Amino acid sequence: MAFSLAAGAAFAKTPYHDGTAEVITPTDKNHPLGEIVSGYDFRKAMIRDVQDDDFANPAMLVADHGEELWDTVDGSAGKSLSQVFEGCAEVPLDVVGSVYPRYHNAAGKVISLEQVINMCRETAMGAKPYKWESRDMLGITAYIRMQARGSRVNVAVDGPAAAAFERGKELYYTRVGQLDMSCAHCHEDNYGNYIRADMLSQGNINGFPLYRLKWNGVGSTHRRFRGCMKNIRATPLPYGHEDYVALELYTAWRGNGLKVETPAYRN
Amino acid sequence: MAKIKPRVKVPKSAAAGDIVEIKALISHPMHTGRAKDKKGNKIPRKIINKFVASFEGQDVFTANFEPAVSANPYIAFPFKASKSGAFTFTWVEDGGAEYTASKKMTVA
Amino acid sequence: MKQTKQFSTISRRQALAMLGAAGVAAFAGVPAYADGAAVAAKIKGLTGGKSVGEGTIELDLPEIAENGNAVKVAFSIDSPMTADNYVKAVHVMADGNPTPDVASFNFTPAMGACSASTRMRLAKTQNIVVLAEMNDGSFKQAQATVKVTIGGCGG
Repeated sequence: MAFSLAAGAAFAKTPYHDGTAEVITPTDKNHPLGEIVSGYDFRKAMIRDVQDDDFANPAMLVADHGEELWDTVDGSAGKSLSQVFEGCAEVPLDVVGSVYPRYHNAAGKVISLEQVINMCRETAMGAKPYKWESRDMLGITAYIRMQARGSRVNVAVDGPAAAAFERGKELYYTRVGQLDMSCAHCHEDNYGNYIRADMLSQGNINGFPLYRLKWNGVGSTHRRFRGCMKNIRATPLPYGHEDYVALELYTAWRGNGLKVETPAYRN
Repeated sequence: MAKIKPRVKVPKSAAAGDIVEIKALISHPMHTGRAKDKKGNKIPRKIINKFVASFEGQDVFTANFEPAVSANPYIAFPFKASKSGAFTFTWVEDGGAEYTASKKMTVA
Repeated sequence: MKQTKQFSTISRRQALAMLGAAGVAAFAGVPAYADGAAVAAKIKGLTGGKSVGEGTIELDLPEIAENGNAVKVAFSIDSPMTADNYVKAVHVMADGNPTPDVASFNFTPAMGACSASTRMRLAKTQNIVVLAEMNDGSFKQAQATVKVTIGGCGG
């Protein structure tokens, strides 16, 4: 795939360009890249400055909504998510944001944070599940992941998670759609290069759910995956599809070591 | 429509004479009236058109917003601390609905 | 990247000529409002055709905005902000948007300083004009160009 490397000097610098980005060296020797960099460092100051200020970042408004829901009693069991969640999630609250998607013992498979929240709502609260991309689900996942903000992404891909990891890896490198491209073509082969006027990042998901200027709102990783596939003129999978959960696990692994930035701000 | 909820930063305390920075952010789509929905129908204009900061009942700063102001409008502005008191922040929406927030500041 | 603009005096004659000559770059260091007839008209409406004077208006605008949906626009105007000498109002205009008005701000001496920061939508690369009105009825202005790129892959 031929992408031309635009002259960096013609554009204002990003930390990735000028070498001030935080660069993580992968600990897993099977990692395909020699350096891991957050999407934050591929953006110019105008965008980074917003994420740095919780009073300027509109993603915080969605996290605030999630915080309200967290303590709200809902469903037939008369409980709030805050009362039951750690039991459902199988890990402490301040770790959830750095380890999900995760192999879940009760579910018997790798599941995403959205799925464990709905499992919790249905079984422990007797409440209706949230729709995947609803403001409620985005709010609560943003709020929960934010409790791990600043800690390092650390998803497990071995043991019972290995099958989902392999599936996610396969998807990452599979060409799809009319444009016949895979995730790797942009995010592995061409990060740091420009596609039209956008500098491509490595496609790490350490800031999700996040606010995108393109969306004028907050969205999940599955929304992002679906959007990419639509751009490649492929048929997107439905929200919550197990292939997207696998892809989420795999892309999270590619960013192991990065700081959790939820709720991030991107273009 | 999403619930309208503000996020405001006012320092809890300041020394008399300090110029402090106040930040205010509110959730709002700021529909310009130009965009269309999925069916092709124009989404009517509905924006926050004014933000007023008042201190101890006196208006100290007003921002008038046009549709060119981004969704989830943000405003930051200075204020000279002189005495302790309460701020009231008011956002006015097209059609007259108002959203408010209050914050106190102690001035030594 | 911050752009700082210190605006020099425009005489009344120059101001009127600018208003009447859309598309003609006649003055050193003062780009004509090639697409900015609407902005020029708006300024005329606010100033009543008065000359727009000198003073420092520091504009904090990106040189290149990666997305036009939320472009930072901030300014800071050097003023004592006392009851006798303060900035009364500041108008922000964009000459390449469907309509030129972005926002206006009313200041009082209680603020102690004259500055503000918000985010605006820009339809394309264009000039941003900031016009300040003093309590004595005089005006000053500054402008800068913001390049807007349309990116945002990924749905």
